[in-house]
Amino acid sequence: MSGFTAFALRRAVSAVLTLLALSVIIYVVFYATPGNVAQITCGPRCSPEQVHQVAQQLRLDDPLYLRYWHFLQGIVAGHDYSTGTSVEHCPAPCLGLSYQSDQQVTRIILDKLPVSLSLVVGAMVLWLLLGVGTGVLSAWRRGRFTERALTGITLAGVATPVFVIGLVLMIVVCGQLELLPFPEYVPFADDPEQWMWGLLLPWVTLALGEAAYFARLTRASMLETLAEDHIRTFRAYGVGERSIVGRHALRGALAPIIALNANDFGSAVGGAVLVESLFGLPGIGQELVHAVTVIDLPVVVGMVLVIGFFVVLANAVADVLYAVADRRVVLA
Amino acid sequence: MSLVHVTDLTVGFGDLRAVDGLSFRLEQGAALALVGESGSGKSTVASALLGLHRGTGARVGGSVEVAGVDVQRASDDELRRLRGAKAAMVFQDPLSSLDPYYAIGDQIAEVYRVHTRVSRRAARARAVEVLDRVGIPDAVRRSRSRPHEFSGGMRQRALIAMALACEPRLLIADEPTTALDVTVQAQILDLLHTLRQETGMGLLLVTHDVGVAAGSVDDVLVMRHGRAVERGPVAAVLGAPGQAYTRELLAAVPRVDAPRTPSPAPGEVVLEAKGLRREFGRGKRAFAAVDDVSLTVRRGETLGVVGESGSGKTTLGRMLVGLLEPTAGEVRHDGHARVGVDPAVQMVFQDPVSSLNPRRSVGESIADPLRARGERDEKRIRGRVRELLERVGLEGAHYDRYPHEFSGGQRQRVGIARALAADPRVIVCDEPVSALDVTTQAQVVALLGELQRELGLALVFVAHDLAVVRQVSDRVAVMRHGRIVEQGPADEVYDSPRDPYTRQLLAAVPALDPRIAARRRAERREVAVT
Repeated sequence: MSGFTAFALRRAVSAVLTLLALSVIIYVVFYATPGNVAQITCGPRCSPEQVHQVAQQLRLDDPLYLRYWHFLQGIVAGHDYSTGTSVEHCPAPCLGLSYQSDQQVTRIILDKLPVSLSLVVGAMVLWLLLGVGTGVLSAWRRGRFTERALTGITLAGVATPVFVIGLVLMIVVCGQLELLPFPEYVPFADDPEQWMWGLLLPWVTLALGEAAYFARLTRASMLETLAEDHIRTFRAYGVGERSIVGRHALRGALAPIIALNANDFGSAVGGAVLVESLFGLPGIGQELVHAVTVIDLPVVVGMVLVIGFFVVLANAVADVLYAVADRRVVLA
Repeated sequence: MSLVHVTDLTVGFGDLRAVDGLSFRLEQGAALALVGESGSGKSTVASALLGLHRGTGARVGGSVEVAGVDVQRASDDELRRLRGAKAAMVFQDPLSSLDPYYAIGDQIAEVYRVHTRVSRRAARARAVEVLDRVGIPDAVRRSRSRPHEFSGGMRQRALIAMALACEPRLLIADEPTTALDVTVQAQILDLLHTLRQETGMGLLLVTHDVGVAAGSVDDVLVMRHGRAVERGPVAAVLGAPGQAYTRELLAAVPRVDAPRTPSPAPGEVVLEAKGLRREFGRGKRAFAAVDDVSLTVRRGETLGVVGESGSGKTTLGRMLVGLLEPTAGEVRHDGHARVGVDPAVQMVFQDPVSSLNPRRSVGESIADPLRARGERDEKRIRGRVRELLERVGLEGAHYDRYPHEFSGGQRQRVGIARALAADPRVIVCDEPVSALDVTTQAQVVALLGELQRELGLALVFVAHDLAVVRQVSDRVAVMRHGRIVEQGPADEVYDSPRDPYTRQLLAAVPALDPRIAARRRAERREVAVT
């Protein structure tokens, strides 16, 4: 197992390096873009002197590399900000202060993160069950009616926009049938049951579209594995179709599914804006859109970095899972 | 009642008739080989015995009876009970034929449990027992390994163990040794022979290699275009073939014991390697694929480089052409040290399918070296390519055709034409004929010899097949673990080998005469005992 531990360690180091590179790129892209940040932050009615003051406060006159260095320091060691009269301490993973509200970015994100994670983790469980299940079924029943019906349904799933699914679900399930209350976020710690009922529709909405992609990928990947030589071996030894599909073909087809899931999980943390808006869930996605419209750069950079963290984390986990599923990966 | 009784079998895929009215019998405990070139339908017959064509869209006609089961009429369940339990199959490529994700012992246990309904524990015990039976050392521990942790020969043993698990009455072996080195091939064939003697099971051996058949079966059936050409006891068919095709097939088989008519006196040294070494990997994992290899090639002569997989022969070939930089040592052309790739040294690759770009016409591929040299005049390029195509036995009009429109042998001719386009003085051929049928192989070898005589080319012929190397080479270098263990004139190396490894290699070459094959088998057994 030592080879495996070394592999996991190597993967972790490369994840950290990727994040570091990502932070440089984000920082440069956002802060080096033209436009007077001080003017925007201050508002359209500010006098040039006020704008200058704001610029000094935000340390916009420092060279970019120095500001980046401060930014990194903040993440590792925290920061103290003087707000004129008092000193505010921003603890260790400090991503700076919002230009707009002077709130700590870390705190803003921590507020929104549970909502986004609740939404995405729940939806992921659903889309995996639905998607992989459908894919396996249609690979097993290839060429028959079941497969054609499932292919049609998943195609419709891929083609239907999320807000259409969500809106229809909400109108029918909550409005007309009154089976569920209108979705609302209740923290898990407050009331797990309410948390679940409140998120059920958002989960289904996010999962349905995703599941369609997974179903198609699973089907294609399964059919590819089913054509491989070792499947022929087990057929030639009288092993039943159920065991061939469920045991041998699915195992071989898992790799691309794990990879796609890692990507989709990571990007859904920040990218489920449509679902969040539709159901009024105060998640990362909504906050990000808001921050972008008011050019609140510290918030934007902080959020993009956190989203990037989840994408990188999900991929690192996927790679390790990959290696667990297929030991040959460790050797490569 | 016969173990296998096939009557008037036809198998069709679309418009193609892969098997066309074939009938044969195999008695309990006997061994029959189906011999033929690719496309002869021999593997299709093997699959038909287990009903593997069911549900694939193939049209199967005639009747197939195996171990008392009418394969055509049997229900799916009856067919499953036949597969593995009464008749088991061993496939060609043991790596791809085992599930990469599960331990080998588990895979054998799974198959055993399908047919016996015993406990998992008992099935695992049985798996270890059969693995031990086929000569896997430390079978308890190795049964937990996955296929990639086994060598090629061990994997094939594991597949044979899987086949033995349920004590079948018939073993179908479809090209069981084609992917293996010659010494490993000999071990596997010996194993099959011993198992057959001990268990009394029938053997149906499917192979393209007449030599493999000669030492392993009682009867042989030569197939072509899905039909039987000739059949009978192996000694009679191979010793005194009655049909023209069988004679042609046998004549094309390269002989390891036939001396070659030597090339005219070789000229000056054109290519020289001194102390070549190439390492792969870094730090602790570094290993030398080629280690301190020195050789010379003269104008007009052929140097054969022979070795088993992993011996470093391909790495050596690539360094000679300049595709790989040596870690130490140097390659000299005409007495000058060489840097990078030199058009005067060209390469012909093993796989004529993957070494040609499928999206470009063959003419364009052949024209590449000309354009690389700076030729811009389209008319002259086309003219030269046509000339080259004709030179290698194709037609000038083939310029605009694509690789998939050619057969394997024709594609290899295209590869040779491409190598010739740069007007080379040396051509390094890396396994140029190992992907080809014997009759095609003979034609390509003849073409290379012809070109060599006419153009005064020096050839480096890298191959694993000892017989082919003898057929083409003036001098031979035998490689093992990255080093040359023996080097000298071909006849000398083959007729009185000095190195023990060379002797071992030569003893493992399948003989065409069943009596010699039996004698060699006995010799190998003695060597193994002592």
